[in-house]
Amino acid sequence: MKRWPTLLAYAVLLLGSLAMAFPFVWMLFTSLKPFQEIFSLWLLPQHPTLDNYRQVLLQTQFPRWFFNSLVVAVITTLSVLFFDSLVGYTLAKLRFPGKGVIFVLILSTLMIPTEMLVIPWYVMSAENGWVNTYWGLLFPGLMSAFGVFLLRQFFQTLPSDLLDAGRIDGLSEFGVFWRVAFPLVRPALAALGIFTFLGNWNSFLWPLVIVQTAEMRTLPVGVALFSGEAGTAWNLIMAASSLAVLPVLLVFLFFQRQIIEGVVLTGVKG
Amino acid sequence: MRLSLARREALWAFAFLLLPLAFFLLVRLWPAFQALWLSLYEWNADPAKRAFVGLEHYQQMLGDKLLRKALLNTLLYTLVGVPAQLVLGLGVALLLNAVERFRDLFRAIYFAPYITPAVAVAWVFSWMLSPNFGIVNEVLRLLGLPAQPFLQSPGQALLTVTAVVVWQNLGFQGVLFLAGLQNIPREYYEAARIDGAGSWALFRHITLPLLNPVIVFSAVIGTIGFLQLFTQVVNLNFTDQGGPLSSTLALALYIYQQAFSRFELGYAAAITVLLFVIILLITLVQLRLLSRRVEY
Repeated sequence: MKRWPTLLAYAVLLLGSLAMAFPFVWMLFTSLKPFQEIFSLWLLPQHPTLDNYRQVLLQTQFPRWFFNSLVVAVITTLSVLFFDSLVGYTLAKLRFPGKGVIFVLILSTLMIPTEMLVIPWYVMSAENGWVNTYWGLLFPGLMSAFGVFLLRQFFQTLPSDLLDAGRIDGLSEFGVFWRVAFPLVRPALAALGIFTFLGNWNSFLWPLVIVQTAEMRTLPVGVALFSGEAGTAWNLIMAASSLAVLPVLLVFLFFQRQIIEGVVLTGVKG
Repeated sequence: MRLSLARREALWAFAFLLLPLAFFLLVRLWPAFQALWLSLYEWNADPAKRAFVGLEHYQQMLGDKLLRKALLNTLLYTLVGVPAQLVLGLGVALLLNAVERFRDLFRAIYFAPYITPAVAVAWVFSWMLSPNFGIVNEVLRLLGLPAQPFLQSPGQALLTVTAVVVWQNLGFQGVLFLAGLQNIPREYYEAARIDGAGSWALFRHITLPLLNPVIVFSAVIGTIGFLQLFTQVVNLNFTDQGGPLSSTLALALYIYQQAFSRFELGYAAAITVLLFVIILLITLVQLRLLSRRVEY
């Protein structure tokens, strides 16, 4: 009885999937075509070559941009996971005066648009010599108010008896946090970690502002400026874009469940 | 003894919060006030010309035609993009909810663009939409349709940019709505069916009202996203000018131009204050809408 609507749903989903996947496929195939072939309508390259990748990797500073993005994304992710959970734990489980004010203060920073902060960050960086340095790239992302909010919710669900047991066993307050509470909020840490990593890996505006030399570019800035300079060498641009997209798709492949749960967590249940 | 325990706990708490609090104050909160303060100054590349100008920049904004254009464009992006995103995202979620096999696979395919670097997405689309050699125009030609200029035409560029952003955000909206749909108890539908309600009535009287919090959340996130649109505008157009003829110039891009191409940091800061006020108002409206929902 419900067969036809279901078949129709599959048909529409399939058609939509084509629209979602086609740009990736087109990018990948173009990146395998020699320059003479890129204006042909054929999807598949007739003389597939890895030469575009060789050129991007060897004749641009692509490996360096990749490394820079990795440094920024890894350090900010580790820092966010550590400090955000420390603050989330403190706000959820410890009693001290001024708790409410501090929570509201941190949460209120969520409403400030990045554009508003970028200008003072730039002035601050210029005055302190942070322009075009790793520290300059890193410092705005070291903690996240959103992560504090998310992790606080999770720590609140932990039974206080469990933490008291740790205290009785002679753990210091930091030991209770690090050895008992921290491992128990792993699902939330996974979701926050992946989103922080991807957010910093993909980030564009601040790196564009703070970077001045080609070797300090992060991947998105490198690809954007390289594409501008490469002009009509679409085969090279598509090879560079593929190299930028590939790690993200790999992360997605491995952590799909956590990523989707993370979205649901923040949007529907948070 | 109790007092000293409580004091010990408070000391630990302050030790834990010391560095993070310094960060949120110095890197997040203080710069927002600094932007407010900078907006009252003439602050540019030449330190000799830096001076207090009071509300002059706000006056300057009133007569700035390009700013007006950027605001109007941003309004258009939002008014077209947010509803399109919501309706299509809800559609994807309803379809995903209707199938069982391959649901996770479909969901992954729709979601993937959301997490890929916007820069790469923008370059692929500007290649596919190229008027002369783009695959999209080749397909149009095969279908016997006239070629379109897309990003090259002042009349089509803004809608083209919006379409690319909607394409990229679709999976995110779909995943949110799907979770919202799955939170609705099945018994509601069964009860309504027994009362003789048709599919449309079920959707109109059960699905939509119960999805309301998710719709509000999506709409607000989407609106704030379109208000800050930057990466796609820059990279779909090859330049940071918001071309052709400023037809795609968005507010965030205009701020970037003023601050980092012309180094009018004071004027740019004044525009960010305007952006902040707009976002603040939207957030307040969101809180209103969400708290009204809780009362039922």
